[in-house]
Amino acid sequence: METILSLKDLTKKYGSLTAVDNLSFTIEKGNVYGILGPNGSGKSTTLGMVLNVVNKTSGEFAWFSGNTDTHDALKKVGAIIEHPNFYPYMTAAQNLALVCKIKDVPKDKINEKLEIVGLLDRKDSKFRTFSLGMKQRLAIASALLNDPKILILDEPTNGLDPQGIHQIREIIRKIAAGGTTILLASHLLDEVEKVCSHVVIIRNGKKLYSGPVDAINASHGFFELQAKNMQLLQELLIAHPGIENVSEKENIVTAILKEPMDAETINEYLFEKGLSLSYLVKRKESLEEQFLQLTNQTTAV
Amino acid sequence: MLRLLEIEYHKLRYSRSAKILVFTYFILITFIALIASIEFNLGSINFRVADQGIFNFPYIWHFNSYIAALLKLFLAIVIVSMMSNEYSNRTLKQNLIDGLSKKEFIASKFLTVTVFSLISTLFLFIVSLILGLSFSDFTEASIIFSDMEYMIAYFVKLTGFFAFCMFLGILIKRSAFALGFLFIWWILESIVYGVLKWQIFRDSEIADNIARFFPLESMSNLIKEPFSRLSAVQTAATQLGSEFDKDYGIHWDQLLIVIFWTTIFVFLSYRLLKKRDL
Repeated sequence: METILSLKDLTKKYGSLTAVDNLSFTIEKGNVYGILGPNGSGKSTTLGMVLNVVNKTSGEFAWFSGNTDTHDALKKVGAIIEHPNFYPYMTAAQNLALVCKIKDVPKDKINEKLEIVGLLDRKDSKFRTFSLGMKQRLAIASALLNDPKILILDEPTNGLDPQGIHQIREIIRKIAAGGTTILLASHLLDEVEKVCSHVVIIRNGKKLYSGPVDAINASHGFFELQAKNMQLLQELLIAHPGIENVSEKENIVTAILKEPMDAETINEYLFEKGLSLSYLVKRKESLEEQFLQLTNQTTAV
Repeated sequence: MLRLLEIEYHKLRYSRSAKILVFTYFILITFIALIASIEFNLGSINFRVADQGIFNFPYIWHFNSYIAALLKLFLAIVIVSMMSNEYSNRTLKQNLIDGLSKKEFIASKFLTVTVFSLISTLFLFIVSLILGLSFSDFTEASIIFSDMEYMIAYFVKLTGFFAFCMFLGILIKRSAFALGFLFIWWILESIVYGVLKWQIFRDSEIADNIARFFPLESMSNLIKEPFSRLSAVQTAATQLGSEFDKDYGIHWDQLLIVIFWTTIFVFLSYRLLKKRDL
């Protein structure tokens, strides 16, 4: 596997605030990565550091094999951060021509890339006349000009209307299908779930999880239980070696599993101890629940 | 290097306000020629400015470089806004993400500043040459091309001033405030000079010797006012019994001070950009 980007103990401090805390992960070629985290979790700061606009406090990051300057490496990267930033007085085509000059690539791809994002008919309109959705699509076209080895998108659908969101996701899917490595930062779960194969979850600048999206779902699930004697139920569950965590909410006890276990086993165990259940169901968390659960933990995994 | 200049040229050529200001600037320089047509009719005396020797070689180099330097504010606006607009449009961030290094960014701006100064100097040279050839009493090549150091001084002066503008644009990030700050800085220098001159070092040259190291003062000191050098004014002064004893020449130490400031401003711009999180 070819490594595109690797982060090692990357840290950013703003005064006493630690925005990114010893973050390490690796991006391999050909996958679609998601960086998932609530607002203010350090996603953009992390991307800012590897993109040369935010100075790191400590740690390392390396692009590709690690022996190119960051700014030279960035010529092989396509990235858009938060807002689409272009010169308002230039047309779409003129803005893209400038990006070509900066990236040192020929200008003959401008029309092709504008076509991909559906802006070819507006190529001679000034950037300031564009709607937010169009600006975002132009940003994607601009990021694609150099046929990048990796496309980095930071909250690409932020602030767009449903139609705009749909358009952007379609474009991303199309690009991903073409085999381009993508790194997508988002606070929207379903966005990551729909588009990404791998995910890095961060909260307060710390990494909580990194690995395939499927694997995050591969936990052992949990039971929801109810009995007359809730007190005893909880005590018994805590005592069981196969159960990791027990909590009660709205008169339903949730028991998270440490190892695979089916409902019959727990039912028998509790019955032996003299407790009969009035309600028992085994469930698996949705990614959303997993995410909330992960991000609500106070200590990092 | 050419790539950096091309990038900057691309940014400027589509900006209407930048184009208008640059054209205005160069048109205004050619308007120096209009001074030639100023005529007074004081009763029976016909007074024509062009006949007073202001377009004589080599004096014209001094006169024109002084007058043309006054117009530099037009280009200063272009330079300040080309810096601060990169911040307000957030295009600086995008430039860096697209693979421009911070060093290249500053280099492209400073190269542009240098090219502006160079074009302005060449333009002034041509305008002065044409004016001189039309009005000068002396047109021998040796006289025409004497005192060429005024052109060098003009170039250094513009480059220094524009480097200062560039630094202010980066420092303050808003063009209007940066230009305001330039004005405040100028007042500040005047105040400090005044205090030194009239309070601390009365009746001595020390104040002047300190003030000539100030950035703006050092630039304005480079080319001294040419009016009192005019023969008509000199004659009048002699008749009134006061003699001008002034050194109008260009001094290497003054040039060095301005080059020093230019280096400092470029370096500070880079340092500032490097340390900032965008």
